[in-house]
Amino acid sequence: MAQTDQNVQTRTTLKLVGVVLGMFVFGFALVPLYDIYCQVTGANGKTASAYVVPEDGIAVDSDRWVTVQFLTNNNASMPWSFRPEVRSMKVRPGEMNQTTFYASNPAGYTMTAQAIPSVAPFHAAEYMHKTECFCFEQQVLATGEAIDMPLRFIIDPYLPESVQTLTLSYTLFDITDMTASAAAE
Amino acid sequence: MSAVIENHHDDHHHGPDKGLMRWVLTTNHKDIGTLYLWFSFAMFLTGGCMALVIRAELFQPGLQLVVPEFFNQMTTMHGLIMVFGAVMPAFVGLANWLVPMMIGAPDMALPRMNNYSFWILPFAFSMLLSTLFMEGGAPNFGWTFYAPLSTEYAPPSVTFFIFAVHLMGISSIMGSINVVVTILNLRAPGMRLMDMPLFVWTWLITAYLLIAVMPVLAGVVTMMLMDIHFGTAFFSAGGGGDPVLFQHVFWFFGHPEVYIMILPAFGIVSAIIPTFARKKLFGYDSMVYATASIAFLSFIVWAHHMFTVGMPIAGELYFMYATMLIAVPTGVKVFNWAATMWQGSMTFETPMLFAVAFVILFTIGGLSGLMLSIVPADFQYHDTYFVVAHFHYVLVPGSIFSIMAAAYYWLPKWTGNMYDETLGKTHFWLSFVGVNVTFFPQHFIGLAGMPRRYPDYALQFADWNMVSSVGAFIFGFSQLLFLFIVIKCIMGGKKATDEVWDGAEGLEWTIASPAPYHTFSTPPELPERSMA
Amino acid sequence: MARKESKVGGVQRLKASLQWLIAVAALSSSWQALADWSALNMTRGVTAISREVYDLHMLIFTICVVIGVLVFGVMIWSMLVHRKSLGHKPATFSHSTKLEYAWTIIPIFILIGMAVPATSTLRDMYDASGADIDIEVRGYQWKWQYTYLSDDPNQEVKFISSLLTPPDEYYNRTPKRENYLSDVDNPLVIPINKRVRFLITSNDVIHSWWVPDFAVKKDAIPGFVHEAWAVVEEPGIYRGKCTELCGKDHGFMPIVVKAVEQAEYESWLAMKQQEALQVYETVGKTWTMAELMETGEQVYAQACQSCHQANGQGIPPAFPSLVGQGLAIGPIDAHIDIVVNGKAGSAMQAFAAQLNPAEIAAVVTYERNAWGNNVGDLVQPRAVNALISSKE
Repeated sequence: MAQTDQNVQTRTTLKLVGVVLGMFVFGFALVPLYDIYCQVTGANGKTASAYVVPEDGIAVDSDRWVTVQFLTNNNASMPWSFRPEVRSMKVRPGEMNQTTFYASNPAGYTMTAQAIPSVAPFHAAEYMHKTECFCFEQQVLATGEAIDMPLRFIIDPYLPESVQTLTLSYTLFDITDMTASAAAE
Repeated sequence: MSAVIENHHDDHHHGPDKGLMRWVLTTNHKDIGTLYLWFSFAMFLTGGCMALVIRAELFQPGLQLVVPEFFNQMTTMHGLIMVFGAVMPAFVGLANWLVPMMIGAPDMALPRMNNYSFWILPFAFSMLLSTLFMEGGAPNFGWTFYAPLSTEYAPPSVTFFIFAVHLMGISSIMGSINVVVTILNLRAPGMRLMDMPLFVWTWLITAYLLIAVMPVLAGVVTMMLMDIHFGTAFFSAGGGGDPVLFQHVFWFFGHPEVYIMILPAFGIVSAIIPTFARKKLFGYDSMVYATASIAFLSFIVWAHHMFTVGMPIAGELYFMYATMLIAVPTGVKVFNWAATMWQGSMTFETPMLFAVAFVILFTIGGLSGLMLSIVPADFQYHDTYFVVAHFHYVLVPGSIFSIMAAAYYWLPKWTGNMYDETLGKTHFWLSFVGVNVTFFPQHFIGLAGMPRRYPDYALQFADWNMVSSVGAFIFGFSQLLFLFIVIKCIMGGKKATDEVWDGAEGLEWTIASPAPYHTFSTPPELPERSMA
Repeated sequence: MARKESKVGGVQRLKASLQWLIAVAALSSSWQALADWSALNMTRGVTAISREVYDLHMLIFTICVVIGVLVFGVMIWSMLVHRKSLGHKPATFSHSTKLEYAWTIIPIFILIGMAVPATSTLRDMYDASGADIDIEVRGYQWKWQYTYLSDDPNQEVKFISSLLTPPDEYYNRTPKRENYLSDVDNPLVIPINKRVRFLITSNDVIHSWWVPDFAVKKDAIPGFVHEAWAVVEEPGIYRGKCTELCGKDHGFMPIVVKAVEQAEYESWLAMKQQEALQVYETVGKTWTMAELMETGEQVYAQACQSCHQANGQGIPPAFPSLVGQGLAIGPIDAHIDIVVNGKAGSAMQAFAAQLNPAEIAAVVTYERNAWGNNVGDLVQPRAVNALISSKE
């Protein structure tokens, strides 16, 4: 009798410990999970990662023009120069477009930056397909170094009619410390 | 002569141990209830002092008394202390004292865990209050501590704030488990769930809410800790995270939390009004279902605290509709209390005064809450004093008045003495006037455009701010009278009968006043009719 | 005997309550006029949306007042009449299924009646398409930056808008003037009757941009951009506030929007573009110490004082003192560098984004020579400009 009670207790304890560990892992899993949720729903203007053009291509909607506006900003004390080649461009949904963004590092040491995109209105985010974007990777620039970073994108033809202007904003974050400590590990 | 020394511990038949260690080691639900209540009163006065610093500064435009950095610490600490140190422990204290007696149980199901649940709190709050003396000051990011203000831009004390929250959370979770196990397992034979007093029902439901959401709070502060110290980026866009994620997780805890702070109040008022109306609670079954509906709905409305954050329109509409729905079961409860009073035979002793004031003033707070749920209008109310007025109406003449009502109602049972009725009524009227003079004008300044958490304001808000500050001092100092009344009652007074109140129903009124140290060591015989 | 008297008293009380009800009803029928009691109620505002919002607010408010009066009326009546002291005996009823259904279902209909106009107004608010002007609104600790977006970089106007009220007023050393805490040095200027789109974001923590007269409130979230819009129908000056706790000067970063006729807007814009050009050109000339100190003091007051304080002593450890210590009396290149590039991991921002080279040169010169520092050196705008452009 006592044996069975003990087993029950052990099993219950193990289950509870399992739940605790599971929830702890879930806390960390929340970051990619929330990302996926935002990508699927376009919530908060987050755009997806690299878009792969379907094999049979995308139909171009030649009757319609969409204005794509580019905003660039530095976050907090990020000192880089950062500006778009053009402030805006008129594009047709379905068309592949390309533009560049200029960045340079005036600080006295090598720095690493992460560009974070955000789209307004956010329900347009899921229709902004980037095939190549400097925001997919970290950017490392030595002191005084400058680059022109490419962006290639397609606006999905299913973009709602009500969206005539789509604003894509990039914010540069200084992640030199974050990457340094990750590298040090 | 026997070699065995007989240890006859007759002591426990004559009452509790003497001395300080009694309180440290007690596993008795009455002692622990008393500890919680005194702790909460001390925190109430502490948080109250912080409120008076705030209102003293806001008495006139200009910075007279404190600098903005310290003002932000006061608003933050006032909120944290009142929510986690005053309101919640008071309700837990009442649960400890009353639930076992109301269901005919000898004690809580897990008495040692009960002791531990209480004793965590003084440590947690010492740590929290000590942050006021740390370099960089106390937490200054509001009791809602949004990231990244509370992560990347926080003072060093944020880490101690996080630990204090962890401790408080553990205390609440353990306490709630205790309540659930007690209510489900230790009811007197024959007491079905639908026979329990409403206070027991509201605490059963509140305990489930606590168990569900306190871990979420622990989760969000742990994610903060990781962001601050361990290089993660849950709430930082630069690392791929999102500050708005913080708000979602926080308010998933935060909204049920405010219902945690009001459901026990509903239970208290549902015990007091029938007694003083000499009429059974109207619609007992409805009241139970309404409470359960409110609790369920409280999980699915959290983003109404985030209407200006830029959610998609579908999200905003959904949360608006769900939030408006909560008005229905809440309204049902208010109507049932009114119907209990209707055609009763009422007298207005102090507990009844507080209970009726609760119903009226909480309803005002509820109605301003309904206004807040309307999204386009909320764009003009959000983060202004209109919100401050709303939540203070539901918390102060809401939760706090119910706690005071409970204190007056049950003090004679706890102490064996009647409190001084004239002083009690004086305390009520001073508090009633104070609370309304303080918070009603805040509706006006909020609508007129004054944001919250401002240490200074434009001149057009001056008059009502002055009025509000005067009210705050009236209300604040009246609580010293309450302290006096409670101590005076404990020390002596007109002897109370077992039944105390003409018309009181419930098992706690069948035992002696003061309640013996151990009650219902054998389960009671329940009377024929139900307890409701 | 006692009962009869109380009956008479009851009737008198009934009359009094009826008189009260009539008075309240009369007052509420003039609720349109309530909009003028500016310290009591929300503003009607100056856009079609703000008026819709105001009307919705008054509708919901009126419904709530009616509900309150009804419920409290019943309770107060009961408290006056159903008292033991008047000899009233308690009834024995304690439930009514019919009543429970009634007071569950009727409120649902009332709520639907509120939800319909609310939904309609919200849908109107969410459509930001077809904007004539796009303005980026960026929240900083503790000021706002406005950028008028344009395809032509020479036509883009960008400036900082900070609190104009000096510390002397809010520290009670001088009397408080009109628009205390509600005035800024550079207001946002927009044309009336044009669709203006605001792209709202933040540089550091969460702020919130609120102009009550437009019924526009949107949180400014670092790393993300959100849109809002307004079509202002009346010229005037509209004052708003930051509505999300953002640190110590959350209460000291107001918003001022000046709505003007199209012609006035165009000439203002041209003037701002001209100013930007001129500022660029002043970089070429050689400044005297006196000119640098004068401009530097002004720049310091607008951009540095909130953290480093008017006396330069700061609020250590977060905001270091500049008096007699550190880079302010140290190597001049390092001093310029920290102002231009900021300091990662601290609250010191990269001011090259907010100040032009002349302003930077002036403020660095000022810091090195004020408060008894008297280092004696100075910085020319062209040197700062060379530093910035050499890195580009």
